[in-house]
Amino acid sequence: MEETYPDDLRYHAEHDWARIEGDHATFGVTWYAQDQLGEVVFFDPPEVGTEVVAGQAYAEVESVKAVSDVIAPLSGEIVEVNEALRESPERVNDDPYGEGWMVKVRLSDPAEVDELMDAAAYRETIGKS
Amino acid sequence: MPSLRRTALHARHVAAGARLVPFAGWEMPVQYEGIRAEHLRVREAAGVFDVSHMGQIETRGPDAQAFLQRVLTNDVARIDVGGAQYSLLCREDGGVLDDLFTYRLDEARYLTVTNAANHERDLAWMQRHAAGFDVEVVDRADAYAMLAVQGPAARGLVAALADGELPARFHTAELAVAGRPALVCGTGYTGEDGVEILCAPEDAAAVWDAVVAGGAGPVGLGARDTLRLEACYHLYGNDLSPERGPIEAGLGWCCKEETGFIGSEAVAAVRAAGPAERLVSFTMVDAGIARAGNPVLGGGVVTSGTLSPCLGIGAGLAYVPAERAEVGTELEIDVRGTTRRARVVPRPIYRKEEVDA
Repeated sequence: MEETYPDDLRYHAEHDWARIEGDHATFGVTWYAQDQLGEVVFFDPPEVGTEVVAGQAYAEVESVKAVSDVIAPLSGEIVEVNEALRESPERVNDDPYGEGWMVKVRLSDPAEVDELMDAAAYRETIGKS
Repeated sequence: MPSLRRTALHARHVAAGARLVPFAGWEMPVQYEGIRAEHLRVREAAGVFDVSHMGQIETRGPDAQAFLQRVLTNDVARIDVGGAQYSLLCREDGGVLDDLFTYRLDEARYLTVTNAANHERDLAWMQRHAAGFDVEVVDRADAYAMLAVQGPAARGLVAALADGELPARFHTAELAVAGRPALVCGTGYTGEDGVEILCAPEDAAAVWDAVVAGGAGPVGLGARDTLRLEACYHLYGNDLSPERGPIEAGLGWCCKEETGFIGSEAVAAVRAAGPAERLVSFTMVDAGIARAGNPVLGGGVVTSGTLSPCLGIGAGLAYVPAERAEVGTELEIDVRGTTRRARVVPRPIYRKEEVDA
């Protein structure tokens, strides 16, 4: 797919996005992240109920060559994981903002959202403004 | 950071959309369209790799053979003119300094291909041990660009560009390829048939263009690593190091202690007593991919690990206690805090027949 950074998402500098829906959010990695990784070949979803902390790793994503941490853009408790990525991790490459989502989280501190970047600010950090 | 060196094919890589990364002091293409696609292209048709970062050392003079016999572990006397041989460079204690191919260009002229990261050390080592031999040991790394054309279609493709018959496996021939003088070698690092082409850097782009026009897709270092791992070829710095010897690495076959090479006594002692550890090939039983540095429970460590693009599962090489090296043995690997099971498998990890059948 083409390089995009949707305006309705919020972004963390470690190349993660969050789609905020009230006190819940969906997390994934950005187009830039999946492009840097190359073909994603393995994603082991964390367990539902796990606490995640903004700025800290909550999962690992593996390309052929390397393994990378996935960073939580916000804090909270995981309420749902994308089990389909076990069988089809390439969805992270094919559709990073849709079928490539990773976890859904009940936010413990919705005010953290204000710390995240909008699409324009994130594009600037990756030199794509 | 010191500036990275660029090969004569740098502009070709940029034009082909390569992702360039630092590798052993060079700016090298890690991938073009994607590691998996490039990997499969080499298994199914043909790919071309720029391996110009590799070094060359020429040894010439009346004592060339005697000298190489002293520093290289294999029996150099068995290389005929036009022949090629895999060998190791060892320290006195048997620790491995490099693994390399040596081509005999003439009666008293040999060319040894080094790993980029080891080239300067190899050169210094060989020059230091040349004292007392009537021999010249010359750095020729700047004299050559090097392309590997690999895959079932590779030979046919290169043959159509060459002015003579291609060399057989483990042989060399001086030919014109795409009209440029080249040393063509029946060697490779992929487990597929193919050739390696050494030519002057100023001729490299013309040869590259002709090979690509002939149907070989550019392949980066990423797929070079997955291909060699499926074939169970060692990667220096991962599976070979000065801290381990040839017997542990499963490379006793290219050590001929009776030649008296540097390190031969140490190698003979380990061969006689049996090594404490052995390098094994494994595939994952559980999901996940063990990577270099992951500990093996009960002793040992993974030295190479990746996804095998042909098998679709994690695969790699690991040093394990010798009593646990038998094919079929189940290993437990600590993959960043999660214990994942793997199994010792025969080499190579991937055989074409298994998938075609």
